[in-house]
Amino acid sequence: MLGPNGAGKTTSISLMLGLRQPTAGQVRLLGRPPTDRRARSRCGVMLQESGTSSVLTVREIVGVFRAYYPAPRPAEQAIAMAGLTEQADARIGTLSGGQRQRLYFALAICGDPDVLFLDEPTVGMDVEARRAFVASIQTLAAAGKTIVFTTHYLREAEEMARRIVVIDRGTVIADASPQELKARVPGKKITLVGGRPFAREDLDGLPAQVLSVSGDRASLLSNEPAAVLRELFRRGVDLTDLEVTGADLEEAFLSLTRRAESAG
Amino acid sequence: MTAPSNTVAAPLARMLLVQTWSELRIRWRIPAFSLTIVVLPVLFFTFFGLPFVGQTLPNGTSLGAYLLASYAAYSVGSVMVFGFGIGVATERGLKVDVLMRATPLPPLIALLAKVLNALAYALLSLVVLIVYGVVVGGVRQDLVVWLDMITRLLAGSVPFIALGFAIGYLCGPNAAPAVANLIYLPLSFASGLFIPISQLPDFVQRIAPYLPAYHYGQLGWGAVGAAAEPLLTSLAWLAGYSVLFLLIAVRAYRREESRKFG
Repeated sequence: MLGPNGAGKTTSISLMLGLRQPTAGQVRLLGRPPTDRRARSRCGVMLQESGTSSVLTVREIVGVFRAYYPAPRPAEQAIAMAGLTEQADARIGTLSGGQRQRLYFALAICGDPDVLFLDEPTVGMDVEARRAFVASIQTLAAAGKTIVFTTHYLREAEEMARRIVVIDRGTVIADASPQELKARVPGKKITLVGGRPFAREDLDGLPAQVLSVSGDRASLLSNEPAAVLRELFRRGVDLTDLEVTGADLEEAFLSLTRRAESAG
Repeated sequence: MTAPSNTVAAPLARMLLVQTWSELRIRWRIPAFSLTIVVLPVLFFTFFGLPFVGQTLPNGTSLGAYLLASYAAYSVGSVMVFGFGIGVATERGLKVDVLMRATPLPPLIALLAKVLNALAYALLSLVVLIVYGVVVGGVRQDLVVWLDMITRLLAGSVPFIALGFAIGYLCGPNAAPAVANLIYLPLSFASGLFIPISQLPDFVQRIAPYLPAYHYGQLGWGAVGAAAEPLLTSLAWLAGYSVLFLLIAVRAYRREESRKFG
Protein backbone atom coordinates (compact mmCIF):
# COMPACT_ATOMS: atom_id res chain seq x y z
CA MET A 1 0.00 0.00 0.00
CA LEU A 2 1.71 3.07 -1.30
CA GLY A 3 0.94 6.69 -0.67
CA PRO A 4 2.37 9.95 0.63
CA ASN A 5 2.21 10.78 4.32
CA GLY A 6 -1.37 11.36 5.38
CA ALA A 7 -2.76 9.32 2.48
CA GLY A 8 -4.69 7.00 4.81
CA LYS A 9 -2.37 3.99 4.86
CA THR A 10 -2.31 3.58 8.63
CA THR A 11 -6.04 4.17 8.79
CA SER A 12 -6.58 1.40 6.22
CA ILE A 13 -4.39 -1.01 8.20
CA SER A 14 -6.22 -0.08 11.41
CA LEU A 15 -9.53 -0.85 9.73
CA MET A 16 -8.27 -4.19 8.44
CA LEU A 17 -7.13 -5.09 11.97
CA GLY A 18 -10.34 -3.97 13.63
CA LEU A 19 -8.50 -1.27 15.59
CA ARG A 20 -10.86 1.27 14.05
CA GLN A 21 -14.45 0.89 13.03
CA PRO A 22 -15.46 1.82 9.49
CA THR A 23 -18.12 4.54 9.21
CA ALA A 24 -19.65 2.57 6.36
CA GLY A 25 -19.18 -0.91 4.95
CA GLN A 26 -17.57 -3.83 6.71
CA VAL A 27 -14.18 -5.45 7.02
CA ARG A 28 -13.56 -9.20 6.80
CA LEU A 29 -10.21 -10.74 7.62
CA LEU A 30 -9.82 -14.35 6.50
CA GLY A 31 -13.61 -14.46 6.24
CA ARG A 32 -14.20 -13.29 9.79
CA PRO A 33 -14.56 -9.98 11.59
CA PRO A 34 -11.01 -8.72 12.18
CA THR A 35 -11.52 -8.70 15.95
CA ASP A 36 -12.34 -12.44 15.95
CA ARG A 37 -9.63 -14.32 17.83
CA ARG A 38 -9.53 -17.01 15.15
CA ALA A 39 -8.75 -14.35 12.54
CA ARG A 40 -6.23 -12.61 14.79
CA SER A 41 -4.51 -15.92 15.53
CA ARG A 42 -3.49 -16.06 11.87
CA CYS A 43 -2.23 -12.48 11.70
CA GLY A 44 1.01 -10.83 12.65
CA VAL A 45 1.17 -7.11 13.10
CA MET A 46 3.80 -4.42 13.09
CA LEU A 47 2.40 -0.98 13.85
CA GLN A 48 4.03 2.39 13.57
CA GLU A 49 2.82 3.80 16.84
CA SER A 50 3.22 1.05 19.36
CA GLY A 51 5.57 -0.10 22.07
CA THR A 52 6.41 -2.79 24.56
CA SER A 53 7.58 -2.79 28.13
CA SER A 54 11.23 -1.76 28.18
CA VAL A 55 12.36 -4.01 31.02
CA LEU A 56 11.85 -7.39 29.35
CA THR A 57 14.53 -8.90 27.13
CA VAL A 58 14.06 -9.61 23.44
CA ARG A 59 13.85 -13.35 24.09
CA GLU A 60 11.32 -12.90 26.90
CA ILE A 61 8.92 -10.70 24.96
CA VAL A 62 9.09 -13.02 21.95
CA GLY A 63 8.27 -15.87 24.34
CA VAL A 64 5.22 -13.97 25.62
CA PHE A 65 3.93 -13.17 22.13
CA ARG A 66 4.42 -16.77 21.02
CA ALA A 67 1.94 -17.83 23.69
CA TYR A 68 -0.75 -15.78 21.93
CA TYR A 69 -0.60 -18.00 18.86
CA PRO A 70 -1.72 -21.61 18.35
CA ALA A 71 1.29 -22.84 16.36
CA PRO A 72 4.13 -20.39 16.84
CA ARG A 73 7.50 -20.38 15.14
CA PRO A 74 10.48 -21.34 17.38
CA ALA A 75 11.61 -18.23 19.27
CA GLU A 76 15.20 -18.53 18.08
CA GLN A 77 14.04 -18.64 14.49
CA ALA A 78 11.87 -15.54 14.81
CA ILE A 79 14.71 -13.69 16.51
CA ALA A 80 17.18 -14.79 13.83
CA MET A 81 14.83 -13.80 10.99
CA ALA A 82 14.63 -10.34 12.51
CA GLY A 83 18.43 -10.22 12.80
CA LEU A 84 18.41 -9.87 16.57
CA THR A 85 20.30 -13.02 17.61
CA GLU A 86 23.09 -10.96 19.17
CA GLN A 87 20.60 -8.83 21.10
CA ALA A 88 18.42 -11.75 22.22
CA ASP A 89 19.23 -11.27 25.90
CA ALA A 90 19.33 -7.50 25.84
CA ARG A 91 16.57 -5.55 27.53
CA ILE A 92 14.25 -3.81 25.11
CA GLY A 93 15.06 -0.45 26.68
CA THR A 94 18.67 -0.73 25.51
CA LEU A 95 17.85 -1.34 21.84
CA SER A 96 18.44 1.31 19.17
CA GLY A 97 15.58 2.61 17.07
CA GLY A 98 16.40 0.29 14.18
CA GLN A 99 16.78 -2.72 16.48
CA ARG A 100 13.48 -1.92 18.08
CA GLN A 101 11.86 -1.87 14.66
CA ARG A 102 13.36 -5.33 14.04
CA LEU A 103 12.00 -6.47 17.39
CA TYR A 104 8.50 -5.49 16.28
CA PHE A 105 9.09 -7.51 13.16
CA ALA A 106 10.13 -10.50 15.29
CA LEU A 107 6.92 -10.09 17.32
CA ALA A 108 4.89 -9.92 14.11
CA ILE A 109 6.31 -13.17 12.72
CA CYS A 110 6.80 -15.22 15.91
CA GLY A 111 3.28 -16.63 15.69
CA ASP A 112 4.00 -17.96 12.20
CA PRO A 113 0.97 -16.05 10.86
CA ASP A 114 -0.56 -16.50 7.42
CA VAL A 115 -1.11 -12.78 7.00
CA LEU A 116 1.36 -10.11 8.00
CA PHE A 117 0.43 -6.46 8.37
CA LEU A 118 3.46 -4.20 8.41
CA ASP A 119 2.92 -0.47 8.74
CA GLU A 120 5.97 1.42 7.44
CA PRO A 121 8.24 -1.46 8.45
CA THR A 122 11.53 -0.04 7.21
CA VAL A 123 11.35 3.28 9.02
CA GLY A 124 14.50 3.70 11.10
CA MET A 125 16.32 0.72 9.59
CA ASP A 126 19.81 1.22 8.21
CA VAL A 127 20.84 -0.16 4.82
CA GLU A 128 22.08 -3.45 6.24
CA ALA A 129 18.98 -4.06 8.37
CA ARG A 130 16.77 -3.12 5.47
CA ARG A 131 18.44 -5.65 3.18
CA ALA A 132 18.02 -8.42 5.76
CA PHE A 133 14.42 -7.37 6.24
CA VAL A 134 13.66 -7.52 2.52
CA ALA A 135 15.23 -10.99 2.38
CA SER A 136 13.04 -12.18 5.26
CA ILE A 137 9.94 -10.75 3.59
CA GLN A 138 10.77 -12.54 0.38
CA THR A 139 11.31 -15.83 2.22
CA LEU A 140 7.92 -15.44 3.89
CA ALA A 141 6.21 -14.56 0.61
CA ALA A 142 7.81 -17.58 -1.05
CA ALA A 143 6.40 -19.73 1.76
CA GLY A 144 2.92 -18.58 0.77
CA LYS A 145 2.33 -15.90 3.38
CA THR A 146 0.31 -12.83 2.52
CA ILE A 147 2.16 -9.67 3.41
CA VAL A 148 0.42 -6.32 3.47
CA PHE A 149 2.80 -3.45 4.01
CA THR A 150 2.66 0.28 3.70
CA THR A 151 5.36 2.58 2.48
CA HIS A 152 5.74 5.99 0.97
CA TYR A 153 8.69 4.88 -1.14
CA LEU A 154 7.66 3.67 -4.57
CA ARG A 155 11.05 2.02 -4.97
CA GLU A 156 10.43 -0.09 -1.89
CA ALA A 157 7.00 -1.15 -3.11
CA GLU A 158 8.40 -2.02 -6.50
CA GLU A 159 11.21 -4.04 -4.98
CA MET A 160 9.06 -6.12 -2.65
CA ALA A 161 5.44 -6.14 -3.80
CA ARG A 162 3.52 -8.15 -6.33
CA ARG A 163 0.58 -5.83 -6.16
CA ILE A 164 0.68 -2.14 -5.42
CA VAL A 165 -2.33 -0.18 -4.25
CA VAL A 166 -1.68 3.53 -4.47
CA ILE A 167 -3.80 5.66 -2.18
CA ASP A 168 -3.95 9.36 -1.73
CA ARG A 169 -6.18 11.29 0.64
CA GLY A 170 -8.17 8.18 1.41
CA THR A 171 -8.88 7.18 -2.18
CA VAL A 172 -7.41 4.33 -4.19
CA ILE A 173 -5.92 5.86 -7.31
CA ALA A 174 -4.19 2.79 -8.69
CA ASP A 175 -4.23 -0.95 -8.04
CA ALA A 176 -1.80 -2.85 -10.23
CA SER A 177 1.35 -4.92 -10.42
CA PRO A 178 4.62 -2.98 -10.29
CA GLN A 179 5.06 -3.59 -14.06
CA GLU A 180 1.61 -2.31 -14.94
CA LEU A 181 2.03 0.64 -12.69
CA LYS A 182 5.31 1.53 -14.33
CA ALA A 183 3.73 1.28 -17.77
CA ARG A 184 0.89 3.50 -16.68
CA VAL A 185 2.99 6.33 -15.35
CA PRO A 186 5.21 8.45 -17.59
CA GLY A 187 8.53 6.72 -17.90
CA LYS A 188 10.71 9.56 -19.19
CA LYS A 189 11.63 12.87 -17.78
CA ILE A 190 12.49 15.63 -20.24
CA THR A 191 14.48 18.56 -18.95
CA LEU A 192 14.57 21.60 -21.24
CA VAL A 193 16.57 24.81 -21.25
CA GLY A 194 15.08 27.38 -23.59
CA GLY A 195 16.74 30.24 -25.48
CA ARG A 196 14.26 32.54 -23.70
CA PRO A 197 11.87 32.02 -20.77
CA PHE A 198 9.13 29.54 -21.62
CA ALA A 199 5.69 30.91 -22.33
CA ARG A 200 2.51 29.10 -21.46
CA GLU A 201 1.64 28.32 -25.07
CA ASP A 202 5.09 26.78 -25.64
CA LEU A 203 4.23 23.82 -23.45
CA ASP A 204 0.42 23.63 -23.61
CA GLY A 205 -1.11 20.62 -25.36
CA LEU A 206 2.05 18.53 -25.49
CA PRO A 207 1.69 14.75 -24.95
CA ALA A 208 3.41 15.27 -21.62
CA GLN A 209 2.82 16.39 -18.12
CA VAL A 210 4.54 19.56 -17.02
CA LEU A 211 6.35 19.00 -13.75
CA SER A 212 7.82 22.45 -13.33
CA VAL A 213 8.58 25.63 -15.26
CA SER A 214 10.82 28.36 -13.97
CA GLY A 215 12.13 30.94 -16.41
CA ASP A 216 14.02 29.23 -19.18
CA ARG A 217 13.95 25.85 -17.48
CA ALA A 218 11.17 23.28 -17.66
CA SER A 219 10.82 19.63 -16.84
CA LEU A 220 8.16 17.34 -18.28
CA LEU A 221 7.08 13.74 -17.81
CA SER A 222 6.09 11.72 -20.84
CA ASN A 223 5.94 8.27 -22.33
CA GLU A 224 6.58 9.68 -25.83
CA PRO A 225 9.63 11.94 -25.54
CA ALA A 226 10.21 11.84 -29.31
CA ALA A 227 6.70 13.15 -30.03
CA VAL A 228 7.14 15.89 -27.44
CA LEU A 229 10.38 17.07 -29.00
CA ARG A 230 8.96 16.90 -32.53
CA GLU A 231 6.05 19.11 -31.47
CA LEU A 232 8.37 21.55 -29.68
CA PHE A 233 10.51 21.95 -32.79
CA ARG A 234 7.38 22.29 -34.96
CA ARG A 235 6.26 25.16 -32.72
CA GLY A 236 9.65 26.72 -33.19
CA VAL A 237 10.48 26.74 -29.49
CA ASP A 238 14.12 27.67 -29.16
CA LEU A 239 16.08 25.16 -27.03
CA THR A 240 19.67 25.56 -25.89
CA ASP A 241 19.83 22.28 -23.99
CA LEU A 242 17.73 19.21 -23.41
CA GLU A 243 18.01 15.97 -21.50
CA VAL A 244 15.82 12.88 -21.57
CA THR A 245 16.20 10.54 -18.59
CA GLY A 246 14.26 7.65 -17.06
CA ALA A 247 11.74 9.22 -14.74
CA ASP A 248 12.45 9.09 -11.09
CA LEU A 249 9.92 6.79 -9.46
CA GLU A 250 8.92 9.45 -7.00
CA GLU A 251 8.08 11.73 -9.89
CA ALA A 252 6.10 9.03 -11.60
CA PHE A 253 4.16 8.60 -8.40
CA LEU A 254 3.59 12.33 -8.16
CA SER A 255 2.14 12.31 -11.62
CA LEU A 256 -0.30 9.56 -10.63
CA THR A 257 -1.56 11.49 -7.66
CA ARG A 258 -1.81 14.68 -9.74
CA ARG A 259 -3.82 12.95 -12.36
CA ALA A 260 -6.25 11.81 -9.69
CA GLU A 261 -6.43 15.40 -8.54
CA SER A 262 -7.32 16.81 -11.95
CA ALA A 263 -9.77 13.96 -12.59
CA GLY A 264 -11.42 14.53 -9.22
CA MET B 1 -6.53 -33.34 6.78
CA THR B 2 -8.37 -32.30 9.87
CA ALA B 3 -6.62 -29.81 12.03
CA PRO B 4 -6.89 -30.38 15.76
CA SER B 5 -9.15 -27.73 17.29
CA ASN B 6 -6.35 -26.22 19.33
CA THR B 7 -4.62 -24.94 16.21
CA VAL B 8 -7.41 -22.41 15.61
CA ALA B 9 -6.39 -20.30 18.57
CA ALA B 10 -3.93 -20.63 21.43
CA PRO B 11 -5.24 -22.05 24.74
CA LEU B 12 -6.45 -19.24 27.02
CA ALA B 13 -5.10 -20.82 30.20
CA ARG B 14 -1.59 -20.85 28.81
CA MET B 15 -1.96 -17.27 27.60
CA LEU B 16 -3.06 -16.20 31.06
CA LEU B 17 -0.16 -18.01 32.68
CA VAL B 18 2.47 -16.54 30.37
CA GLN B 19 0.92 -13.08 30.50
CA THR B 20 0.78 -13.09 34.30
CA TRP B 21 4.35 -14.30 34.57
CA SER B 22 5.53 -11.56 32.23
CA GLU B 23 3.62 -8.91 34.24
CA LEU B 24 5.27 -10.22 37.42
CA ARG B 25 8.71 -10.00 35.86
CA ILE B 26 8.07 -6.51 34.51
CA ARG B 27 7.03 -5.26 37.94
CA TRP B 28 9.87 -7.04 39.69
CA ARG B 29 12.38 -5.25 37.45
CA ILE B 30 11.03 -1.84 38.39
CA PRO B 31 12.47 -1.47 41.91
CA ALA B 32 10.67 1.86 42.30
CA PHE B 33 7.52 -0.25 42.38
CA SER B 34 8.54 -3.57 43.92
CA LEU B 35 10.60 -2.05 46.72
CA THR B 36 8.18 0.74 47.52
CA ILE B 37 5.17 -1.49 47.92
CA VAL B 38 7.03 -3.85 50.27
CA VAL B 39 9.16 -1.40 52.22
CA LEU B 40 6.82 1.55 52.79
CA PRO B 41 4.18 -0.27 54.87
CA VAL B 42 6.92 -1.84 57.00
CA LEU B 43 8.48 1.58 57.45
CA PHE B 44 5.17 3.21 58.42
CA PHE B 45 4.43 0.42 60.84
CA THR B 46 7.88 0.86 62.37
CA PHE B 47 7.32 4.61 62.94
CA PHE B 48 3.66 4.72 63.87
CA GLY B 49 2.93 1.19 65.05
CA LEU B 50 5.90 -0.30 66.90
CA PRO B 51 5.88 2.25 69.77
CA PHE B 52 2.32 1.20 70.67
CA VAL B 53 2.28 -2.57 70.15
CA GLY B 54 2.12 -3.30 73.87
CA GLN B 55 -1.08 -1.32 74.44
CA THR B 56 -4.61 -2.63 74.38
CA LEU B 57 -7.78 -1.05 72.99
CA PRO B 58 -10.79 -0.55 75.33
CA ASN B 59 -12.49 -3.61 73.77
CA GLY B 60 -9.48 -5.78 74.54
CA THR B 61 -7.95 -5.89 71.06
CA SER B 62 -4.18 -5.57 71.00
CA LEU B 63 -3.27 -2.15 69.60
CA GLY B 64 -0.34 -3.80 67.80
CA ALA B 65 -2.68 -6.12 65.91
CA TYR B 66 -5.04 -3.21 65.18
CA LEU B 67 -2.23 -1.08 63.74
CA LEU B 68 -0.81 -4.01 61.79
CA ALA B 69 -4.27 -4.45 60.23
CA SER B 70 -4.31 -0.71 59.39
CA TYR B 71 -1.00 -0.86 57.55
CA ALA B 72 -1.98 -4.14 55.92
CA ALA B 73 -5.04 -2.41 54.46
CA TYR B 74 -2.90 0.57 53.46
CA SER B 75 -0.38 -1.71 51.73
CA VAL B 76 -2.91 -3.68 49.63
CA GLY B 77 -4.70 -0.46 48.63
CA SER B 78 -1.40 1.09 47.60
CA VAL B 79 -0.43 -1.92 45.47
CA MET B 80 -3.74 -1.60 43.63
CA VAL B 81 -3.88 2.19 43.27
CA PHE B 82 -0.22 2.65 42.38
CA GLY B 83 0.22 -0.60 40.49
CA PHE B 84 -2.77 -0.07 38.22
CA GLY B 85 -2.69 3.73 38.18
CA ILE B 86 0.96 4.14 37.28
CA GLY B 87 1.13 0.83 35.39
CA VAL B 88 -1.75 1.61 33.03
CA ALA B 89 -0.63 5.21 32.51
CA THR B 90 2.92 4.05 31.71
CA GLU B 91 1.71 1.42 29.26
CA ARG B 92 -0.47 4.00 27.56
CA GLY B 93 2.55 6.29 27.37
CA LEU B 94 4.64 3.56 25.75
CA LYS B 95 1.67 2.63 23.53
CA VAL B 96 1.90 -0.97 24.69
CA ASP B 97 -1.88 -1.09 24.57
CA VAL B 98 -1.99 -0.31 20.84
CA LEU B 99 0.10 -3.34 19.91
CA MET B 100 -1.66 -5.62 22.37
CA ARG B 101 -5.03 -4.74 20.90
CA ALA B 102 -3.93 -6.12 17.55
CA THR B 103 -2.74 -9.47 18.94
CA PRO B 104 -4.96 -12.53 19.57
CA LEU B 105 -4.64 -11.90 23.31
CA PRO B 106 -8.21 -11.26 24.54
CA PRO B 107 -8.41 -7.99 26.53
CA LEU B 108 -10.08 -9.88 29.38
CA ILE B 109 -7.07 -12.20 29.71
CA ALA B 110 -4.75 -9.20 29.71
CA LEU B 111 -6.86 -7.60 32.45
CA LEU B 112 -7.02 -10.80 34.47
CA ALA B 113 -3.24 -11.16 34.26
CA LYS B 114 -2.86 -7.65 35.65
CA VAL B 115 -5.23 -8.41 38.52
CA LEU B 116 -3.44 -11.68 39.35
CA ASN B 117 -0.13 -9.87 39.22
CA ALA B 118 -1.39 -7.16 41.57
CA LEU B 119 -2.83 -9.76 43.95
CA ALA B 120 0.53 -11.55 44.01
CA TYR B 121 2.37 -8.34 44.96
CA ALA B 122 -0.29 -7.44 47.48
CA LEU B 123 0.14 -10.89 49.05
CA LEU B 124 3.90 -10.47 49.13
CA SER B 125 3.56 -7.08 50.76
CA LEU B 126 1.10 -8.47 53.35
CA VAL B 127 3.26 -11.46 54.23
CA VAL B 128 6.36 -9.31 54.68
CA LEU B 129 4.47 -6.81 56.84
CA ILE B 130 2.79 -9.44 58.99
CA VAL B 131 5.98 -11.45 59.49
CA TYR B 132 7.73 -8.23 60.44
CA GLY B 133 4.97 -7.34 62.88
CA VAL B 134 5.06 -10.77 64.46
CA VAL B 135 8.85 -11.22 64.60
CA VAL B 136 10.05 -7.68 65.29
CA GLY B 137 6.94 -6.17 66.87
CA GLY B 138 5.97 -9.24 68.85
CA VAL B 139 2.32 -8.94 67.76
CA ARG B 140 0.65 -12.26 68.59
CA GLN B 141 -2.47 -13.57 66.87
CA ASP B 142 -3.57 -17.03 65.77
CA LEU B 143 -2.49 -18.00 62.27
CA VAL B 144 -6.17 -18.18 61.34
CA VAL B 145 -6.54 -14.50 62.16
CA TRP B 146 -3.72 -13.54 59.81
CA LEU B 147 -5.10 -15.78 57.06
CA ASP B 148 -8.54 -14.25 57.56
CA MET B 149 -7.07 -10.75 57.36
CA ILE B 150 -5.17 -11.57 54.17
CA THR B 151 -8.26 -13.09 52.54
CA ARG B 152 -10.52 -10.17 53.48
CA LEU B 153 -8.08 -7.54 52.29
CA LEU B 154 -7.31 -9.24 48.98
CA ALA B 155 -10.96 -9.96 48.24
CA GLY B 156 -12.08 -6.47 49.23
CA SER B 157 -9.50 -4.64 47.12
CA VAL B 158 -11.76 -4.27 44.06
CA PRO B 159 -12.55 -0.54 44.57
CA PHE B 160 -8.84 0.25 44.65
CA ILE B 161 -8.23 -1.73 41.47
CA ALA B 162 -11.00 0.32 39.85
CA LEU B 163 -9.58 3.55 41.28
CA GLY B 164 -6.16 2.59 39.89
CA PHE B 165 -7.66 2.03 36.45
CA ALA B 166 -9.49 5.35 36.59
CA ILE B 167 -6.23 7.16 37.41
CA GLY B 168 -4.36 5.16 34.77
CA TYR B 169 -6.78 6.16 32.04
CA LEU B 170 -7.30 9.74 33.16
CA CYS B 171 -3.63 10.65 33.66
CA GLY B 172 -0.54 10.62 31.53
CA PRO B 173 2.53 8.64 32.64
CA ASN B 174 4.11 11.72 34.24
CA ALA B 175 1.07 12.88 36.15
CA ALA B 176 -0.14 9.46 37.33
CA PRO B 177 2.30 8.97 40.27
CA ALA B 178 1.54 12.44 41.63
CA VAL B 179 -2.22 12.05 41.23
CA ALA B 180 -2.16 8.57 42.79
CA ASN B 181 -0.27 9.98 45.80
CA LEU B 182 -2.51 13.02 46.08
CA ILE B 183 -5.59 10.82 46.18
CA TYR B 184 -4.41 7.77 48.07
CA LEU B 185 -2.31 9.28 50.86
CA PRO B 186 -4.89 11.77 52.18
CA LEU B 187 -7.55 9.10 51.70
CA SER B 188 -5.62 6.60 53.83
CA PHE B 189 -4.85 9.21 56.46
CA ALA B 190 -8.43 10.44 56.73
CA SER B 191 -9.66 6.85 56.93
CA GLY B 192 -7.53 6.05 59.94
CA LEU B 193 -5.07 3.74 58.22
CA PHE B 194 -2.03 5.71 59.48
CA ILE B 195 -3.28 6.89 62.84
CA PRO B 196 -6.37 5.40 64.57
CA ILE B 197 -9.50 7.37 63.78
CA SER B 198 -10.04 8.34 67.39
CA GLN B 199 -6.77 10.31 67.24
CA LEU B 200 -7.77 12.28 64.15
CA PRO B 201 -9.16 15.84 64.18
CA ASP B 202 -12.92 16.11 64.67
CA PHE B 203 -13.87 17.11 61.13
CA VAL B 204 -11.81 14.23 59.72
CA GLN B 205 -13.59 11.81 62.03
CA ARG B 206 -16.89 13.06 60.60
CA ILE B 207 -15.73 12.60 56.98
CA ALA B 208 -14.11 9.20 57.48
CA PRO B 209 -17.27 7.03 57.41
CA TYR B 210 -17.93 8.20 53.84
CA LEU B 211 -14.50 7.20 52.51
CA PRO B 212 -13.77 3.88 50.76
CA ALA B 213 -10.52 3.31 52.65
CA TYR B 214 -12.39 3.65 55.96
CA HIS B 215 -14.66 0.74 55.08
CA TYR B 216 -11.76 -1.17 53.61
CA GLY B 217 -9.88 -0.70 56.88
CA GLN B 218 -12.87 -2.24 58.67
CA LEU B 219 -12.18 -5.49 56.81
CA GLY B 220 -8.73 -5.64 58.36
CA TRP B 221 -9.83 -4.46 61.79
CA GLY B 222 -12.69 -6.94 61.68
CA ALA B 223 -10.17 -9.77 61.36
CA VAL B 224 -8.71 -8.79 64.76
CA GLY B 225 -12.13 -8.20 66.29
CA ALA B 226 -12.12 -4.40 66.19
CA ALA B 227 -14.51 -3.49 63.37
CA ALA B 228 -16.70 -0.44 63.93
CA GLU B 229 -19.49 -1.71 61.68
CA PRO B 230 -20.95 -5.04 60.47
CA LEU B 231 -19.04 -6.78 57.68
CA LEU B 232 -21.99 -6.44 55.29
CA THR B 233 -22.05 -2.67 55.75
CA SER B 234 -18.35 -2.48 54.83
CA LEU B 235 -18.87 -4.70 51.81
CA ALA B 236 -21.86 -2.64 50.62
CA TRP B 237 -19.85 0.59 50.79
CA LEU B 238 -16.93 -1.06 48.99
CA ALA B 239 -19.23 -2.41 46.29
CA GLY B 240 -20.73 1.04 45.81
CA TYR B 241 -17.31 2.65 45.47
CA SER B 242 -16.23 -0.14 43.09
CA VAL B 243 -19.12 0.71 40.80
CA LEU B 244 -18.40 4.44 41.01
CA PHE B 245 -14.68 4.09 40.24
CA LEU B 246 -15.37 1.52 37.55
CA LEU B 247 -17.78 3.91 35.85
CA ILE B 248 -15.16 6.64 35.90
CA ALA B 249 -12.53 4.21 34.58
CA VAL B 250 -14.79 2.95 31.78
CA ARG B 251 -15.71 6.50 30.84
CA ALA B 252 -12.05 7.50 30.66
CA TYR B 253 -11.23 4.33 28.73
CA ARG B 254 -14.00 5.02 26.20
CA ARG B 255 -12.95 8.62 25.81
CA GLU B 256 -9.39 7.54 25.07
CA GLU B 257 -10.65 4.80 22.78
CA SER B 258 -12.65 7.19 20.62
CA ARG B 259 -9.74 9.62 20.50
CA LYS B 260 -7.18 6.99 19.55
CA PHE B 261 -9.18 4.62 17.38
CA GLY B 262 -12.46 6.47 16.67
